[in-house]
Amino acid sequence: MATLPPKLQEYLDDFGFITTREERADFLIDIADSFQPVPPAVATKPYDEAHRVIGCESEAFVWAVDRPDGTLDYYFDVLNPQGLSAMAMSAILDEACSGAPLEQVANISGDVVFLFFGRDISMGKGRGLTELIHAVVYHARQRL
Amino acid sequence: MSDIKSRGYANADKLVSTDWVAAHLNDDHVRIIESNEDPLLYPSGHIPGAVEVDWVKDLNDPLRRDYLDKAGFDSLASRIGISPATTVIFYGDKSNWWATYALWVFELFGHTNAKIMDGGRLKWAEEGREFTREKPAITPSNYDAPARDDSQIRAFRDGVLAHIQAGGQLVDVRSPGEFSGETLHMPGYPQEGAVRGGHIPGASSCPWSRAANDDGTFKNATELRAIYLDELGLNPEEPTVAYCRIGERSSHTWFVLTNLLGFGDVRNYDGSWTEWGNSVGLPIEK
Repeated sequence: MATLPPKLQEYLDDFGFITTREERADFLIDIADSFQPVPPAVATKPYDEAHRVIGCESEAFVWAVDRPDGTLDYYFDVLNPQGLSAMAMSAILDEACSGAPLEQVANISGDVVFLFFGRDISMGKGRGLTELIHAVVYHARQRL
Repeated sequence: MSDIKSRGYANADKLVSTDWVAAHLNDDHVRIIESNEDPLLYPSGHIPGAVEVDWVKDLNDPLRRDYLDKAGFDSLASRIGISPATTVIFYGDKSNWWATYALWVFELFGHTNAKIMDGGRLKWAEEGREFTREKPAITPSNYDAPARDDSQIRAFRDGVLAHIQAGGQLVDVRSPGEFSGETLHMPGYPQEGAVRGGHIPGASSCPWSRAANDDGTFKNATELRAIYLDELGLNPEEPTVAYCRIGERSSHTWFVLTNLLGFGDVRNYDGSWTEWGNSVGLPIEK
């Protein structure tokens, strides 16, 4: 597997120890609780539709802001208050990808969704979360 | 939102209010069941006493693309401690989209004593009602269901083909972009789910969510008739098939047409676009 952002790899290693659906849910809920929406300095509602994650029915939005060192800061919002999974995925991507080398971010496969959420999520939910990753990867690839 | 009984539904008994649920939290004849798309919602907090029925884990066959069989349903129903006489109340996220899906599967096994909590999880939350993370202690039952009956409310590919060849009513409840066959994905990323885009010939487009208010409750019968009868021209006396991508959103429309508007013969085509759009030789319109 291509090199991933170190913080993402740490998350994946931690999730590798999970053995039950309940543990996985509790872990992800804790992460979702840490989710911080995009600050007003970056974007305010109503958001520009260009930032909407197509295919994510939790109404997720993604922004990428250039850092002086050439990496990106990622910001997210999830408009559906019940979109806990999208919030968890956003919080992971924010922590793992903001400031990470673009080459590493560009290497992230959408399949990591299933390493975090398991295989027993619906096709629609899996697709939406995968598109969230694709949006982050897309911005990194645009800068390379 | 007005009282459910005053909304003019054909079968208002299929809906209960959040007040009704709050008054029956300790009713032994009632089992409250949460069914969501998002697997994190139930463990993050649920209505006290509610059990979870997960669409992927509990209602699908783990190997084939199909629903669970009689043995699987007996096991599920026994685990959640219900009998055929138990009134099951479904609620969930996405304006009860997944709750209606679970209800539809329960009705395949003859458990028709099943209702929806109007407004679902969102309404319960917005009313400031209690959520708990404590799982209820359930005494397992010994449920003995009839064999699954796919002949009344479920449609299959060949049946849908015959239905459209006969000029039958068909409702595509996906988004307008899916109906038209547009590629909705970001440039550089593949279309997922089906090889072909578009819709089944003759289908009317009516996204499922038009039947719901912003607070997740169902629109009243007058509003629903304006959509499905006046705008789409559906005849409640004629057989109707609803479909989406995998049959989940169309279960919501199936519920609306059958129970709220009183259509006599509505089937949910759960193979939906992921089957039709991937099948060789089937007709497609854009």
